[in-house]
Amino acid sequence: MAREMEHPLPHTAMERPLAPRESRWKEFWRLLRRNRLAFLGLFIFVLFFLIALTGLFLTSGTRPVFDPAVVRLEEKLRPPLSSPKSEILVSDTIPRLGLYLFGTDELGRDVFSRMMQGAWVSLTVGFVAVGIAVFIGIFLGGISGYYGQNAVRADQMLLVVALLLGVGLLVAGATAAGAALLIAGGTYLVFSRWWKKKEGKRAASGWTRVLWAGTISIDTLIMRFVDIMLCFPSFFLILTVVALLPASIYNIMIVIGLTSWMGTTRFVRAEFLSLKDQDFVTAARALGVSNWRIIFRHMIPNAIAPVLVSATIGIATAILTEAGLSFLGLGVPPPHATWGNILSDGKNFIFDAPWLTFIPGVAILIVVLSFNLFGEGLRDILNPRLRERS
Amino acid sequence: MLSIQDLKVYFFSDSRVARALDGVSYEARKGETVCLVGESGCGKTVSALTILRILPQPPGRIMGGKILFNGQNLLDLDEEKMQKIRGRRIAMIFQEPMTSLNPVFTIEEQIQEAILVHEKVDQEEARQRSIQLLRDVGIPSPEERLKDYPHQLSGGQRQRVMIAMALACHPELVIADEPTTALDVTIQAQILNLFRELKRKREMSLLYITHDLGVVANIADRVYVMYAGVIAEQGEVAHIFHDACHPYTQGLLASLPTRAKRGKTLHSIAGTVPNPAYKPEGCPFHPRCPFAIETCRSQFPEMCDYGGGHLSRCPVLYER
Repeated sequence: MAREMEHPLPHTAMERPLAPRESRWKEFWRLLRRNRLAFLGLFIFVLFFLIALTGLFLTSGTRPVFDPAVVRLEEKLRPPLSSPKSEILVSDTIPRLGLYLFGTDELGRDVFSRMMQGAWVSLTVGFVAVGIAVFIGIFLGGISGYYGQNAVRADQMLLVVALLLGVGLLVAGATAAGAALLIAGGTYLVFSRWWKKKEGKRAASGWTRVLWAGTISIDTLIMRFVDIMLCFPSFFLILTVVALLPASIYNIMIVIGLTSWMGTTRFVRAEFLSLKDQDFVTAARALGVSNWRIIFRHMIPNAIAPVLVSATIGIATAILTEAGLSFLGLGVPPPHATWGNILSDGKNFIFDAPWLTFIPGVAILIVVLSFNLFGEGLRDILNPRLRERS
Repeated sequence: MLSIQDLKVYFFSDSRVARALDGVSYEARKGETVCLVGESGCGKTVSALTILRILPQPPGRIMGGKILFNGQNLLDLDEEKMQKIRGRRIAMIFQEPMTSLNPVFTIEEQIQEAILVHEKVDQEEARQRSIQLLRDVGIPSPEERLKDYPHQLSGGQRQRVMIAMALACHPELVIADEPTTALDVTIQAQILNLFRELKRKREMSLLYITHDLGVVANIADRVYVMYAGVIAEQGEVAHIFHDACHPYTQGLLASLPTRAKRGKTLHSIAGTVPNPAYKPEGCPFHPRCPFAIETCRSQFPEMCDYGGGHLSRCPVLYER
C-alpha cells in the first residue's frame, strides 16, 4: 500500500494547522470582551484595585493627603458633598478636596478618607485569605488526587503532625520547642529518603501499620478532614478564633484563609483524578518525567481554571466575611477604618445620617458583585463547553 | 535486546481477577521491527505499559516473569532508576495524538522537556535539537511550529510531534502503541514510511503494536499474534502471512478484505473475545475454534515449533 508513497516529506503539505493562529491571551481577551457582565466585573475590579492602592499611599504617613483620623467635633454628621465651614476649622484639618465628598461621621471624620483607607484592608484581606486557601487547597487536593490511592503510613502521619505542631509552636512563641520539632521532622524526612535510596525499601515498614495507618487511604483521610471542616459553621468558628486571638488584620486574614480552603481542595482533587488518567500524563511518565514535575508542570496548569474561578468568588466572600467581622466589632481594631466598621459605627445614626451606612454598604455590594460577575464570566470563558452558550 | 519471559499481569477488582497477560514471552532484537498483533483487550497495550513500568498499580499487578532489557531485569529496578530508562533508552508513542500532548504548553516546551529531563544541555542547544527533531519527523517550517499549541496542529502533525519527543534522547527501543489507529489512511501511510526511514537512520528497535494486519505486512520483520493474554503464534512476516499455523491467525487472515473476495461476504471468526475475568479452561481460543477437539477444553496448549523461529500454540494443527 505504500509503494507510491515512498517519500513522505513532500506530502506533508496536506497537514496544515487546522485552527487559526490566535494566542491564548488574545482569545481570552476576545471572549471576555464579548461577555459584557464579566468585562464590567473586571473593570470594577481593576478600578477598586487602583483606588485601594492610591488609598494606601494617600491615607498613610505622617501628613497624609486624606487624613482619616482628623476629628472635627464641630463638623460631625455633615451630609455628603457639603463644604467645610472653613471659618471655624484650623487650616490643617480642612479636607484636601475642599468638600466632604461622602460626608462626615459622628466624630467629624471625613468618610471619603476613611473609605479610601478601608479599601486597602478589604483588598488585602480578600487576596491574602484566598491566597492561603488556594495554597492549602492545591496542596491537599493535589496529594489527595495524585497519591490518594496509597495507604496512609504511620510515620507519614507522625511526620505531618510533628511539622504542623512545630510551625504552630514557632508562631505561638515557643521557639525552642517548635524549632526542635521542625528539625526532628526534617531529619527524619532526609533520613528516610537516604535509607530508601540505600536499602531500596522504606525505613519504617514493620511498625507503620499501627492504628488505622495502612488500612485507610490518603484520599480518605484528607477528604474526611474536608468534610469535618465543612461541618463547622465557619462564621462562628471565625468568631471564636478571633475572640481568642489578639485582634489584628493579619490574624483575620489567616483565620479566614484557614476556614475556606475546602472548596478548592475538592476542585483540585476532582481535576487531578480525571487528569491522572489523561494520555498526556501517561506520555509524560513514559518520557521519564518525575512525579513532582508531573504534578507541578503538567497537572496544576491544567487544573488551575476552576481554582481561579472559585478563588475570584472566594475573594468576594472573604471581603464580606471581613466586613461582617468588623461590623460585629471583632475585626480590625477601631482607629483603623474598614468598610465593615464604618458601617457598624454608622448604624447608630441610620436615621440622622443614612450616608454612613449607605456608602460603605453600596461599596461592599459593588465590589463583591463585580468579583462574582468576573468569576462567573471566567468560568464561562475557561470552560470550552460553556462557550457556545454566551 | 529486549526479552520478555513468561510475563504475568493480573488486574484485581473487588471480587474478580482479570488475567490480562498470562505468561507472555516475546523478544525484540537490535535494529528489528517487531509487531504485536491482536484484538482489542488481548493484552498488547498492557504488555507495553508493563515494560516501562507505567501500568497503573493498583488495579494491575505484575504476578511473575521477567523483562530483560540488555540483560537487566527491569522489574527489579526502583522508580528512580526506571525514570532514567524511560524516554532515554526506551521511549513510547501512544495511540491518541489528540490527547497525548499537554494542551497548555507549546510544542517547543514539550519537546525541550523530553530532552532536558535526561540531558543537561542549555536552552539554545535544546532549541536547535527540537528544530532538528521536528525536521526529522517531516514537519514543515519547524521554527514556526515550535510556538504552536497542540490544538493548532492536525492529528498527523501531533503524532509526528509525539514521535519527535520519543526520539529526543536517541532511545534504543521505541514502543509504538497503535500510533496510526487514530489517523486517516493517507496520513497512516506517511507515518509508517517515517517509521521505516527513522529506524534505518537511527538503528533502533521498534516494537509496534497494532491490530491492523495491513500495517504488519508493511513494516514488520517479525510478528507475534496475541490472543487473550497469550502469544498464539509467532514468526517472520512470511510465516504468518503465507503459512499460518494457528486457527486464530488463519481466521484473522481470512477476514482481511482483498480484491479476490470482492462482492462476497467477508469471513468472520465466530464468537467474541473472552472476558479476561472469565477465560475458558484449556486453550483460550477453543470456544471459537473450528478445529477444537476434546483435549482443547481441558489442556493449555504448548508452543509447537515449525522451525526457523516459527512457533504456534496449536498442537491439533501441528499433528495434521
